[in-house]
Amino acid sequence: MWAVETIGLTKDYSAGFWRKRPLRALDGLSLRVEKGGIFGLLGPNGAGKTTTLKILLRLVFPTAGSAQLLGRDIRDISVHRLIGYLPENPYFYDHLTAPEFLNYMAEIFGMGRDARCRRVGTLLERVGLASFQKLPLRKFSKGMTQRAGIAQALINDPELIFLDEPMSGLDPLGRREVRDLILGLREEGKTIFFSTHILGDAETLCDRVAILHRGRLEGLGGMQEILSREVSSAEIVLEHPSPELVELAKSLASSVVRTGERVRMVIPEAAQPERVLAQFLERGAKVVSFNEVRNSLEDYFMERVGSPARAPDVRSAHPPAGGENP
Amino acid sequence: MNSISRVATIAVHSFKESVREKVLYNLVGFALLLIAAAILFGSISVGIQKTILINLGLSSISVFGLLMAIFIGVGLVAKEIERRTLYNILSKPVARAEFIVGKYLGLLVTLVINTAIMALGFYAALYYVTRQFVRADAIALEAIYLILLQFAIVVGVAIFFSCISTPVLSAVFTFCVYVIGNYLADIRWFGRENGSVLMEKLTHALYFLLPNFANFQATSLAAHGMRIPGYLLVSDSLYALLYVTVLVSAAVLAFEEREFK
Ligand SMILES: Nc1ncnc2c1ncn2[C@@H]1O[C@H](COP(=O)(O)OP(=O)(O)OP(=O)(O)O)[C@@H](O)[C@H]1O
Ligand SMILES: [Mg+2]
Repeated sequence: MWAVETIGLTKDYSAGFWRKRPLRALDGLSLRVEKGGIFGLLGPNGAGKTTTLKILLRLVFPTAGSAQLLGRDIRDISVHRLIGYLPENPYFYDHLTAPEFLNYMAEIFGMGRDARCRRVGTLLERVGLASFQKLPLRKFSKGMTQRAGIAQALINDPELIFLDEPMSGLDPLGRREVRDLILGLREEGKTIFFSTHILGDAETLCDRVAILHRGRLEGLGGMQEILSREVSSAEIVLEHPSPELVELAKSLASSVVRTGERVRMVIPEAAQPERVLAQFLERGAKVVSFNEVRNSLEDYFMERVGSPARAPDVRSAHPPAGGENP
Repeated sequence: MNSISRVATIAVHSFKESVREKVLYNLVGFALLLIAAAILFGSISVGIQKTILINLGLSSISVFGLLMAIFIGVGLVAKEIERRTLYNILSKPVARAEFIVGKYLGLLVTLVINTAIMALGFYAALYYVTRQFVRADAIALEAIYLILLQFAIVVGVAIFFSCISTPVLSAVFTFCVYVIGNYLADIRWFGRENGSVLMEKLTHALYFLLPNFANFQATSLAAHGMRIPGYLLVSDSLYALLYVTVLVSAAVLAFEEREFK
């Protein structure tokens, strides 16, 4: 039995006011997600991630195809008993406080008063809202709302949890907390299915990812396989290089970036990075580092999503703004 | 947890939600104010003071209750769709039918309570004017019951429109249905006299399709101390029950098909 199984899931939205043109948001998505572990649904804006989740949760209906959650057809909403869902940009009742709202959600699951009270307390603690018991949800910041949304998704201690962009609107600390929360859920044996376009989050969290682009499945694989594909280039960093060395670097490297005193370059496999390194050392260059550039999820993503041709680059928090290409 | 307790949970929640709507208090306040004003109006002409009070009192209960019914009927369903608070409920094991029925019941309770408050105000005014209660004063209560039946239908209409359109349109449509529903007999008469076959068919269809609110008007009977016939109370109750069942079922059917994009 799969946690999630979709077969040829397709969704057309009608767009346009006068003449209704169908817009294919999802195109024959067939996917199987094992139980346990973290599954990431990746894709650029408008790829169809939210659409997929909404179909699985029965908020919109597929134009074609079928899907099962935990072995039950999505049309059978009794499976929702075992499921949690955080919608994209969640919105809640203005006038309730977080405990009141969670209490209402717990009541829907038929939990008794004591069980509700305990569960709500634990969850508020877990998502870091314990100190906002009295504040109505309308006064919550975006990140606080997101946390309340995560709490309500977990109210029934679900087996399978769908999170649509769980990190959106969170500060760095919040992202860290949510990341730990998701990892904790995996430890408990839950299946987490989340959508994101933030590759860093996916890379640190996911066991498996699917890449969606314009409604089509463009890639599917285990994170290990994706990251351990063959090394394709190397990065060399020099300190205080002479102009002559910079010229040499420019002639050999696929990209050269200058940051302060340092020059960072990427040498493609074809140019034989070890030979290049030797040349630099011969000319008395001060080499700060030499690294193999591991394939990142970003490379895989870019490959699949087919962005404008892009040299394999070192993944870094600061994109090479001043990058020069020979 | 069974269906009934889920419906009850949703009903209780939507009741609690509507209780927090400040507009309701304003409307109740206005109604009470008008009832108080009726005392002043009445005191100008001593003989018909009571008649005027009953007339004005029941009319204001009717008008303000109607505004409440439209306001909360549309506000608490259409807004929930528009603001997507619904996503949280529907991703729980809640059938769409349970949601609609729960909402309807919750709003009905709200209306009953608010109408009861207005009725209390009305009877207080009546006591202030006459300094006594006589048996005939119970007729006003029957008239209020008929008014409440109208509200039950109006909330059903409001919920039905909420399921198929936007909040503003729902409010407008519901109001139109109420107004037309009060003049159905006239409209049918107009259709007959008009001479056009199409017009006659159209008005005939309207007559049978829309709720006939004129059947529920008992204010002037009550004002003149005339008894409301028992068969009217029974038939109106059955009519309202039937109508509400049809409306809520239609709302559920529309809601089942609705996508939340
Ligand atoms: N209600 C709608 N009506 C018409 N088209 C829609 C509607 N909702 C989504 N779409 C279209 O469907 C496609 C997929 O949208 P979807 O929201 O699933 O993307 P996404 O992957 O979640 O994007 P994002 O990362 O921006 O959240 C987009 O092209 C979008 O324009
Ligand atoms: Mg999305």
